[in-house]
Amino acid sequence: MKKFSSLLHNLILTPSRNTKIKLLQDYFKILDINRAYALAILSNQLSFQFIKASKLRELVYEQVDQHLFDYSYDYVGDLAETISLIWPTKKEGKSQNLSTLIENIKKIKKSEINTEFSKVLSKLSNNERWTLIKICTGGLRIGVSERLVKTALADLYNKSVNEIEEIWHGLEFPYENLFQWLKNETSKPKIDFKKLFHPMMLANPIDEERDFKRLDANEFQAEYKWDGIRVQLMVSSKSVSLYSRTGDNISSAFPEIIETTKGDAVIDGELLVGRNFKPSGFNDLQQRLNRKKASKDLQKKFPVFIRAYDILFYKGKDLRKLSLVERRKYLEKFQKENTTNQIDLSTIINFLTWDELTKYKNNFHDDLNEGVMIKLKNSEYLPGRKKGYWYKWKKNPKLVDAILMYAQRGHGKRSSYYSDFTFGVWKESELVPIGKAYSGYTDKELLVLDKFIRNNTINKFGPVREVKKEIILEVAFDDVFPSTRHKSGVAMRFPRIHRIRWDKPVNEVLTISEFKKEFKLS
Amino acid sequence: MDFINHQLFIKDINVHIDPILPKKTAIITHGHADHARFGHDHVIATRQTIDIMKIRYGDKCAKKFTPLRYGQKYSIKNFDFTLYPAGHILGSAQVLIEKNNHRLVITGDYKVGKDETCKNFKLVKCDTLITEATFGLPIFQHPDPKDEIQKLIQSVKINKNNCHIVGAYALGKAQRIMNLLRQQKYNETIFIHGSLEKLCQYYSKEKINIGKFEKVSSKDKSFYEGKIIIAPPSALKDRWSRRFPNPIICMASGWMTVKQRAKQQGIELPLVISDHSDWNELLDTIKKSKAKNILITHGQEDALVYYCKKQNLVSKPLSIQGRSDEEIE
Repeated sequence: MKKFSSLLHNLILTPSRNTKIKLLQDYFKILDINRAYALAILSNQLSFQFIKASKLRELVYEQVDQHLFDYSYDYVGDLAETISLIWPTKKEGKSQNLSTLIENIKKIKKSEINTEFSKVLSKLSNNERWTLIKICTGGLRIGVSERLVKTALADLYNKSVNEIEEIWHGLEFPYENLFQWLKNETSKPKIDFKKLFHPMMLANPIDEERDFKRLDANEFQAEYKWDGIRVQLMVSSKSVSLYSRTGDNISSAFPEIIETTKGDAVIDGELLVGRNFKPSGFNDLQQRLNRKKASKDLQKKFPVFIRAYDILFYKGKDLRKLSLVERRKYLEKFQKENTTNQIDLSTIINFLTWDELTKYKNNFHDDLNEGVMIKLKNSEYLPGRKKGYWYKWKKNPKLVDAILMYAQRGHGKRSSYYSDFTFGVWKESELVPIGKAYSGYTDKELLVLDKFIRNNTINKFGPVREVKKEIILEVAFDDVFPSTRHKSGVAMRFPRIHRIRWDKPVNEVLTISEFKKEFKLS
Repeated sequence: MDFINHQLFIKDINVHIDPILPKKTAIITHGHADHARFGHDHVIATRQTIDIMKIRYGDKCAKKFTPLRYGQKYSIKNFDFTLYPAGHILGSAQVLIEKNNHRLVITGDYKVGKDETCKNFKLVKCDTLITEATFGLPIFQHPDPKDEIQKLIQSVKINKNNCHIVGAYALGKAQRIMNLLRQQKYNETIFIHGSLEKLCQYYSKEKINIGKFEKVSSKDKSFYEGKIIIAPPSALKDRWSRRFPNPIICMASGWMTVKQRAKQQGIELPLVISDHSDWNELLDTIKKSKAKNILITHGQEDALVYYCKKQNLVSKPLSIQGRSDEEIE
């Protein structure tokens, strides 16, 4: 455990990708079972059922004064780190190795978790405690992607990282077959591709200034970018299943898709809510998300369909090495076999120049697409976010000027700064908050805002500071909906700070009724 | 205690403690720039603090200087002032103010732990305690500085082709790092940023063991492989640090307790070495001072105020202009 926790400590502090790879490789050179645990942790495949953030808070409140913990957490901005630092230091126990520690924790009964897990935490050093809590709460956020871990392994054993990617989702803990193949002791693990989730091809945001000069419009085609959820649909004569972008099986939540689809293929597309292939807003889609099951009533009220845009396998044939244009022919074949209400095809936009594409991108007639996807016509289907093949180009956001009202310290890399901002518009002579944003500003703007907040606090509510109503923020957002949960009656989608409006006086900010009118909410 | 206001100003006799702007009479606790400023008429401080002010701001940085020994009483009308060691840096002092049998102590910046570069902190019993709270949160529990400095020494041993640049405040922290290295038998020449030179020479003159040091000069890159270089934190991100071979960026500060802070600043090897009291030392000092009235200045005062109130002590934060929460050390 000491070794693994110092690996994580070093990984989080080193900015260099090469050093990170070297650190990972040094660790993976160990030959015992611990490396399998490490791999599972670094690729987010290990979690404990009973120990979540809320449980950890409960445990730490048994150890230290709640207010003192809250002050500290507000300062540190990271739950794992706060707990590891504030946990009363007892005498460190004998160091256990990673695998033993994890197996021992797995054996803890639910009824004994409070006492037993606290005992475990008390025996660890600060850094080990931090590591263990990170493992429990999932999402290490140490600046190491799954891809980087695979790259480190591939380089260490002279394999290609794509070979690992291909079989990755078919591997299981403790990855014996993977390690044996890496060391050339056996051949590549045999994976049943039909049952396997295939990592999706992702797009990079386009850099308008750079990319449009560089790229030849004739080599690309475009499609509308839909604001739904990305899915992979796996169809065979025996079964149909649906996966989310992260590889989670979400079949049971969308029975109408599972029951009606036929054929033998793996499809990539966007899941949307709507009737007759006319998508309705993201608010409607949300009614179908994060549910294990969907009642008949819900299916009727919020029917779903898949807008398909790619195909990876057709009748057992691997199409991923074909060009996008070639794959499209197979996709059309598949769609003809599925003339249900559940699958349609994403329209292809042909264009001659980048200028011509602009008008499609900014298509404001239809609020439900959020821009365009630009795809290289002869691109293979490549897992991950490779540069140079697929781009996304978002339409210009909606903008509103609002007054900064409250601020809170941020988390993670912004943990020392007041970087979470609540802003509002007028309602008679008072302000009413319309949203909260914690991104979009430049580093310089953040410093200015942070300083303003520290020097202009008029009230403190725990970690929240109320500030003088002097700063106007231009807020960009993707959309806004009516909401019964907020005092203002509106909820923004993805608000972010666009810029600071030094030039505008606060009395020129909209009232809430003007705001609603402008964005067609009333 | 009504005789002193929240800016540490005693109106009756026109005396300020650590004022930010030029004043008539200023008692200075120590030489850091957020406490010792240029341009007062009359500065009262320890001899070392006065020396340090002269080194930093020139011999004429005040019109008149009155050096005080630790424990020596100095009276202005019916106010008696005495300086006691604060253990923060060379020359640092706490200020005891006595008036009509009321004892008030201003700690200035202080640490309780041992430090060979200055006189160790002396606890002074009082009725009112004005304490700093730079590390006033229970997450701050400073480790043994010997273990921290060993991390640096080990890293130097392992990474022979790199140089280690340690960010440390030019006054106090830099010399303490050098001294700690010497205590751990690191006997190589230590290289320093030019801005540290005069202060290091002064520490040497004051017989503080910081060993052999040399100003960084434009030598061949490879010369600095395997060497330790000490520089003020501002130089770490500067062009200055690019001249060194594969630098490993280190920082010696109490803030380094929090990994996220280290990461934000691009620190690869954080060394938790502080010249301020940690949480337990703050609580211990408050308790042992027997003060019933606790005022808390710059730092993370909220948690400490909360704690004192829970102990039935009268406590409130004291916000002094010009000292923001997190920039000082």
